[in-house]
Amino acid sequence: MLLEVKDLEISYGKKVVVAGANVELEKGEILSIVGESGSGKTTVIRAIMGCLPGAGRVSGGTVIFDGKDVLQNTRDQWRDMSGKQMSMIFQDSGSMINPIRRIGGQFIDYIRTHAPEKSKDEAYKMASDMLTNVRLPNPDTVMNSYPFELSGGMRQRVGIAMAMVFSPKILMADEPTSALDVTTQAQIVRQIVDVRDQYNVAVIIVTHNLGVASYMSNKIMVMKGGRVVESGKREDVIGNPKDDYTKQLLRAVPVIGAERYI
Amino acid sequence: MNNVAEQNVSSDGRAPVVLEIKNMTKKFALDGGKFLTACDNINLCAYKGQTLGIIGESGCGKSTLVRTILQIHPPTTGEAIFEGKDILKATGEEKRQNRRHIQMVFQDPTAAFNPKMLVKDIVCEPLKNYGLIKDSEIDEKAAELLQMVELPPEFKDRYPHSMSGGQRQRLGIARALSLEPQIIVCDEATSALDVSVQEKVCELLVKLQKEKGITYLFICHDLGLVDLMCHQIAIMYLGNILEWMEKGRISEDCKHPYTKALMKAVFKVDFKPGDKIQPLEGEIPSPVNLPTGCPFQNRCEYCQDICKKEKPQLKEVEPRHWVACHIVK
Repeated sequence: MLLEVKDLEISYGKKVVVAGANVELEKGEILSIVGESGSGKTTVIRAIMGCLPGAGRVSGGTVIFDGKDVLQNTRDQWRDMSGKQMSMIFQDSGSMINPIRRIGGQFIDYIRTHAPEKSKDEAYKMASDMLTNVRLPNPDTVMNSYPFELSGGMRQRVGIAMAMVFSPKILMADEPTSALDVTTQAQIVRQIVDVRDQYNVAVIIVTHNLGVASYMSNKIMVMKGGRVVESGKREDVIGNPKDDYTKQLLRAVPVIGAERYI
Repeated sequence: MNNVAEQNVSSDGRAPVVLEIKNMTKKFALDGGKFLTACDNINLCAYKGQTLGIIGESGCGKSTLVRTILQIHPPTTGEAIFEGKDILKATGEEKRQNRRHIQMVFQDPTAAFNPKMLVKDIVCEPLKNYGLIKDSEIDEKAAELLQMVELPPEFKDRYPHSMSGGQRQRLGIARALSLEPQIIVCDEATSALDVSVQEKVCELLVKLQKEKGITYLFICHDLGLVDLMCHQIAIMYLGNILEWMEKGRISEDCKHPYTKALMKAVFKVDFKPGDKIQPLEGEIPSPVNLPTGCPFQNRCEYCQDICKKEKPQLKEVEPRHWVACHIVK
């Protein structure tokens, strides 16, 4: 078991926002967390990454990652772990990158922060190999670009490249395709599946698109109001949902050629 | 030649045309004498009480198109005929009066309202602008409008920040309805909402359409939703309409290679294991210095020599189904 989360409870101050979340994930598996805005999806993955904002803290439960209780981590241990063993891609990688610096410089800094023994040339090579790997055809041009010169899809690929450069064991993706168009979304989903196949990395993806969740996941967890209402294998949750809320969500997805509103 | 904009009645022969867009082109001047062509010779029409869906990726010019119809900026060439008159030529007070008939619901329901205004002032502001309401009538009118969009009338004394995203989007619809417009433009009006909330908002839009005979221009990139909501569907790419069809055809009989590629990139909930999506490779080219020939040539798997030389025009391949492609016969 790569990641085992038991009875996770997360509070902001005294207010409990997520309770009773359980996650079990093996290497190479993809888990989707679905649910409406404000249901606590992002809070769960932030807790696993150890980066809850402000007054947020884990107030109960355990998170065992790779045989180690990460909730006991010190700051230095977190620093060592994130980026190398756990990494994350965001809804818009553009806002993760410094807008007034070229991609290349930041990517090299990122690599050398986590691996100080690398020279700048080695880091450049690693970065441009990784960019090629995520189907960015001209890595040198991308390295020399400012974030605003890239399209949303290209920025998201840069985000995936940065997250995967140290081949982490687990990749968290927070709404990675929500800001993208239909065709770009399909490209990025395929890219994440490719990365999983290539590196055998476990992936947790937060999404509100049930189509995406259904396409790429092995497991699906449905959240509502800070509670997990249903969790299980993809086939069971999609094909045979038990909870009323899951059924309602599945019914609400517009399907081409279904019964019309008009 | 048979033209999309010259179909005077809808397919069932009952709904008359309310808005005709003819040969509309919009170019923005850039530095160095270059032009960005956002809309390239667009012909469309919308029918009374029906919904025209416009699908396209970001940067394809769909927002420029509706902003031109709403007279936010003038077109380079072309006209929009509403009630027998070209509304884009109007100026001054006439232009202001024309705007009453075409209203808009915005994508982001948080950014669409002044956070310091009460809900009742927000929904009645359009009426005040046109001098159609007295201050003493605001409470009553606001309650009526809120009920129309299935919000509790007590909400009139709230601020928008104390409402959820779905409620705020209903508020946006109430404000658009206040002037009793003939056309409402929904620019990605449901994209920011969760699926369950989106379903409710769409049901409301359809109910209002049936009651009041409103025409919607429904801009969206969710093919599933457009298929469920719209009577006619136009596919836009790089400022051009590539395909225009009646409802239901997109799932069974879409013809243009781009529309087919879009269909293959849609995520369905009921995927069978082993089903693969086929994303379209590459990205939409820059609208500056458009290529000669077909706008879709560099991503099209059927591209031939003629596609690089000559731009295909929309032609009627089947009754009420237009396609701009050299390959489709």
